[in-house]
Amino acid sequence: MSLDTRPPRQAPVRKVATARERDEERGLPSRSLLVALVLACVALMVVDASSGDDSPVAPVRRLAGEVLGPAQAGVSNLINPILGIPDALHTNGDLRDQIRDLEKANQDLERQANGATYNQHRLEEWDRLAAQANSTGYFLAPAHVVGNGSAQSFSNTVTIDAGTDAGLRPDMTVLNGDGLVGRIISVSSHTSTVLLIIDARSTVGGRIGDTMENGMVEGRGGLSDDEPLDLELIDHTIIPQKGQPVVTRGSEGGAPYVAGVPIGEVSKVYEELRLGTYRAVLEPYVDFTSLYAVGVVVPTGGPGVIEPGAFE
Amino acid sequence: MRGTSRLVAALITIFAALLLQVTVFPHFAWDGVVPDLVLLTVVGAALVTDPRYATLLGFSAGLLLDIAPPADHVAGRWALSLMVVGYVVGRLAHDHQSASARPSYPLMLVTGAAGAFIGSSVFAITGLLLRDPAVGFGEQLQVVVAAVAYDVLVALVVVPVTVWAFSREPGPRPAQVTPRAPRRAPA
Repeated sequence: MSLDTRPPRQAPVRKVATARERDEERGLPSRSLLVALVLACVALMVVDASSGDDSPVAPVRRLAGEVLGPAQAGVSNLINPILGIPDALHTNGDLRDQIRDLEKANQDLERQANGATYNQHRLEEWDRLAAQANSTGYFLAPAHVVGNGSAQSFSNTVTIDAGTDAGLRPDMTVLNGDGLVGRIISVSSHTSTVLLIIDARSTVGGRIGDTMENGMVEGRGGLSDDEPLDLELIDHTIIPQKGQPVVTRGSEGGAPYVAGVPIGEVSKVYEELRLGTYRAVLEPYVDFTSLYAVGVVVPTGGPGVIEPGAFE
Repeated sequence: MRGTSRLVAALITIFAALLLQVTVFPHFAWDGVVPDLVLLTVVGAALVTDPRYATLLGFSAGLLLDIAPPADHVAGRWALSLMVVGYVVGRLAHDHQSASARPSYPLMLVTGAAGAFIGSSVFAITGLLLRDPAVGFGEQLQVVVAAVAYDVLVALVVVPVTVWAFSREPGPRPAQVTPRAPRRAPA
C-alpha cells in the first residue's frame, strides 16, 4: 500500500483581484496618485503665488532658462530664414504698388516737413506782431505782404492784402513785430500799397531813444544797399553814438507816422566835413527782404484788429 | 511600447512641442493666441498609452511648461491643467476604445478639441482663482474659444504624429486589457 503523498486535488482557488489591483492591471492611476498629483499642483501654485519675488520657483525657472533658452534661440535662428521666405517672394505688381504707396507717403511727409517750418515762422510773426501791439499800445489791423515792387522801378513798395474794407486809408503807419515798415500811400478796396522807409522818397521823423534828440530818417533806396537808412539830427552839434536806438517821433494827428515805433539803431557815424554836420547810418530792425505779417495802425478796434493787451 | 523607448518618445515629443510652441508658432499667432502643442501632445499620448502614464506625462509636461523661459504665471497651473487633460482623455480612451484598434482620425480630432477645451479652461479657471493675471472672465472666455479653435486646426497634424510616435512598436499595446485566461472549470 502506498501512501498518496500528492497534494489532494482540489479545485483551483478563484482569485478575486481587489479593485486596486484591477485598476493597476488596466493601467489606471490609483486614487492616491491622483490626489498626490493634484495636491502637488495646488501646493506649487500656493507657494509660488504667495511668496512673490523670492519664490522657490524662481531659481528653477532660471535653471530652465539656462537650458531651454539656448535651445529656443537655436530653433529660432534655424526657423527665421524659412519664415522669411514668404516675405521675399513678391510679384512685380506687388512691388510696383509698394513703390507707389511709399512714394505717395514720402511726398506727403515732405510736404508736411516743408510746411512745418513755414507755419512755425508764420506763427512766430503773428506772435511778435501781437507783442508789438502790446508794447506800442496801438490798434493794429493785421495784413500779409502779398507783392513786392520790382527794383527796376527804383521804388521800394510792397502790396498788403488789406484795403478800405479793413478801414485802411493812405498815410497810416505800417509796422511788424520788429519795428517800423513804412506807410500806406494808396489803398484799393482789398489791397494797399506801402512805401517802405528805405525808399528814397521816404522821410520819417525820428528821435534817438535815449537822448530824445530829433532828426530825420531818410531812405537810401535799394534793398541790397549796405546803408539803407540815414539819420540826420536837427541839432548839428550832437554826435550820434553807435548802438543808440531810434524811434519814430510821431506826426501831428498820427499821420503818416505814429510815435514810439522802433526804426533801427545807429550803426555807423560819418562826419560831413563840408557841412560840419554828422550823418548816422541806421540799421533797421525790420528785415525788408522777408516781410510777411505786418500790422497797420488804425485809430480804433474792429473785427480782426489786434488790440493792445489782447494776447498777453 | 514600454519603459525606456516610451520615455524617450515622451521626452522628444514634449521638448519638440515646447520649442515649436514658443519659437515657431508665435509667427503664426492669431491675435496672440498660439496653439497648445504640448497639450495636444499629451492628448495624443493619452490616446495610446494607459491613463496612469498619461496623467504623469501631463503633469510633467505641464511642469515643464510652467518653468520654461517665457512663462511668468504662477507655477503649477499648466501642470494641473495638463494632468487633468491626460487623466480625462486617457480614461475616456481607455474605457471606450477597443483595445487593439488604433484611434480613428475623427476620434483624434474630437479628443484634441475636448482636451484643448479642458486644458485651457482649467488654466483659465486657476488664473481666475489665483487672480494671476487680473483678466476678466469675458476676455478669458474669448481667448479660450480662440485657442480651442486654433488647437483643433493644429490637432489635425499634431495628434496623429504623437499617436504615431507613441505606438511605433508593433505588438500589444500596454494600455489594452489583457483578456484573462479562460477559467478552467473545476473538476
